[in-house]
Amino acid sequence: MRIIAALSGGVDSSVAAARMVDQGHEVVGVHLALARSESTGGKSRGCCTLDDARDARRVADALGIPFYIWDFSAEFAEEVMNDFLAEYQANRTPNPCVRCNEHIKFRAVLDRALALGFDAVATGHYAVLTSGADGPELHRAADADKDQSYVLAVIEQELLRHCFFPLGASLKSDVRAEAEARGLRTASKPDSHDICFIPDGDTAGFLTKALGEKPGPVVDVSTGRDVGGHQGTFTVTIGQRRGLDLRIPGEDGRPRYVVDIDDSTDTVYVGSAEMLDVDGLVADHVIWAAPALTAEWSDVSAQVRAHHHPVPAQARMLDDTIDVFLLEPVRGLATGQTVVLYSDSRVLGSGRICQTRTVSGVKRPREAQRA
Amino acid sequence: MSNDSDVDSARDVNLPRASAGGAVHGSARHFVDHAATTPLLPQAREAWLDASAVAGNPSSLHASGRAARNIVEQARESIADDLRTRPSAVVFTSGGTESDNLAVKGLWWARRARLGVADAIVAASAIEHHAVLDPVEWLGKHEGADVRWIPVDASGRVEVDFIDHLLSSAAERTALLSVMWANNEVGTVQPVREIAAACRSAGVPFHTDAVQALGQIPLDLSEVGATAVTISGHKVGGPFGIGALVVDPYENLVAVSHGGGQERDIRSGTFDAPAAAAFAVAVHLAVEEQAARAARLQSLQIQLVDGIASVVPDAIINGPGVGDPATRLPGNVHASFAGAEGDALLMLLDAAGVDCSTGSACTAGVPEPSHVLLAMGVNERTARASLRFSFGRTSTDEDVAAITRALPGAVERARRAGSVSTDRYRAARENEVDR
Repeated sequence: MRIIAALSGGVDSSVAAARMVDQGHEVVGVHLALARSESTGGKSRGCCTLDDARDARRVADALGIPFYIWDFSAEFAEEVMNDFLAEYQANRTPNPCVRCNEHIKFRAVLDRALALGFDAVATGHYAVLTSGADGPELHRAADADKDQSYVLAVIEQELLRHCFFPLGASLKSDVRAEAEARGLRTASKPDSHDICFIPDGDTAGFLTKALGEKPGPVVDVSTGRDVGGHQGTFTVTIGQRRGLDLRIPGEDGRPRYVVDIDDSTDTVYVGSAEMLDVDGLVADHVIWAAPALTAEWSDVSAQVRAHHHPVPAQARMLDDTIDVFLLEPVRGLATGQTVVLYSDSRVLGSGRICQTRTVSGVKRPREAQRA
Repeated sequence: MSNDSDVDSARDVNLPRASAGGAVHGSARHFVDHAATTPLLPQAREAWLDASAVAGNPSSLHASGRAARNIVEQARESIADDLRTRPSAVVFTSGGTESDNLAVKGLWWARRARLGVADAIVAASAIEHHAVLDPVEWLGKHEGADVRWIPVDASGRVEVDFIDHLLSSAAERTALLSVMWANNEVGTVQPVREIAAACRSAGVPFHTDAVQALGQIPLDLSEVGATAVTISGHKVGGPFGIGALVVDPYENLVAVSHGGGQERDIRSGTFDAPAAAAFAVAVHLAVEEQAARAARLQSLQIQLVDGIASVVPDAIINGPGVGDPATRLPGNVHASFAGAEGDALLMLLDAAGVDCSTGSACTAGVPEPSHVLLAMGVNERTARASLRFSFGRTSTDEDVAAITRALPGAVERARRAGSVSTDRYRAARENEVDR
């Protein structure tokens, strides 16, 4: 087959491309230019740093495959970065990597690859693709610590036919060893964890720079007292504990978390961990990686963060949204996050959380006021 | 002499064995990117190897130093003879970019001091190579220069009226005018003789970048009378990393980088005798073989333009009409394929064994729309849908055949890819980069 290997410049995509070459495919390496930085005069540059672009090129050289940089910076700015800002501004908590997979890596890149006569795109994600009775199936990776099926749950089942995840059955440690054995210069590169367009990890700083400062009070729900300040409601997220500037300790001496945000008064409410327990949610923007659920309740498991354990749940599809009833409450769930539904190891689909329901008896201050 | 053997033998010398394997994929390559670089001439390599056996720094005063200096000076004389200028005018540099920077900044600084005008004018054509474009912009941004971009017509030819008007209205404020001899993307040959004469009578220094012109069209510097002319080694079959600025020895230039002042105190750095020797051989052959080569390149140019028209009838040939070396470089073909993106075409032709170029500037390998085409009035969509084919010494009919064979399929696929790429992003960007 003719394959586009997406080369990020990291160890995983390097080994994934190498394996596709070994399997006898005709492989072309592509590095995506996503960010546009001031240091390059506003011109596109490679994702995520010039080092990464260089490493990607050198891996392609080592594998003896052609290499190109594809410029998706306009798409990335619109679909990922603008969305990221808009979501935070609306006090939701987006996952830009999920968004990038949906709109850039497995949409824009795949569309372009197919149009140019390629059959599929291969990436270094850790997930397993199998062929089942109802078409391709996306499953969790063999390496539970590295499993990335969550961030891939935005690929429609039809598109999974054109995807390869050659690392799904491997352990990360084996992938590194393989890179070393193959003499790839990316073998010892550290994993990336940060959001690629916020390389210093200072999300709040990035947001205030982009959206401006909009300071307001932080109020303790239990006492009603003003206990601190913030630079904008969009700089905090539901369930957040670290990075809050609280001047007065809690009365019970226990840690306090962001439990509610009222953007009409620019007030951030903090309270106890228990107040964050959520046992139900509604999600829109639904994408099915398997046949869609029906209006009947189905037993599933639900995962609400990339690195989080799944909980048993029941889910059903109503109109364009999914209802999820969590059999084990999940703490600190924010709207905007992605919920992924699984049946055992298989990804069923995903949605973007638009409503959450806290465990009965615990009301957030705003809801209490309205009641 | 076949294209492939030439490329391969050059690689044997230049690349470590271990990594050479992956660099060129596929078997037969059709290298039609001679405007980017052209294979090293065997005679130039010989000259380099011979000169490299001479130990000694050409600036040293002892016998070894004199032997090395002799090589440099012979090279200087040889180049001066071939270009019909005096040896003292030839300043060796590291290549076209350094020559252009030295000319633009060095002449502007020196002339500004003489004019006593803080915001002296620097005028350059809008289609200059980045090696001129960027220093000019830099002077505007950091040195307070009054930058004037000389517009071009739809064929990429500068508006001489604009220059005449500038020279008649603001000569006493103008420190430098720079117009390339021939354009690297669309091959437009500029009326440099006319412009040089106008500048000379107005007393304004005139620089021209002749990197692409050398070897393709006659380059008689004594006849043209420009203040400074840029040439480059690797574009004419010489080594990388050497070029020259041919500049009037009585013209004042301010140095750009400082050091030992080896070249007339305006360019520092140890002389590279082997490179100079090889460069001189390449320049000599470029001039000696110019007429015969131009005739051959022109026949390939016409074949390819006809071939493109027959396999992709709606393709647009950019630049001046082909077949007249007085207006267009004989080795240049530049075409737009509406609805296809240049980088997609390049990739597909690459896979088919054809090495060509989108002809535009790159940052980290990301193609930007060509400022040359935009200046010619081409819209950004079309500018992005363009390819440059450039023929040179090793080009053959086979190269033309390979291009016309591969082109229809590549254009069809690239157009399919172009139609799925979301136009609204491009539209958003078009507004953003509008200039």
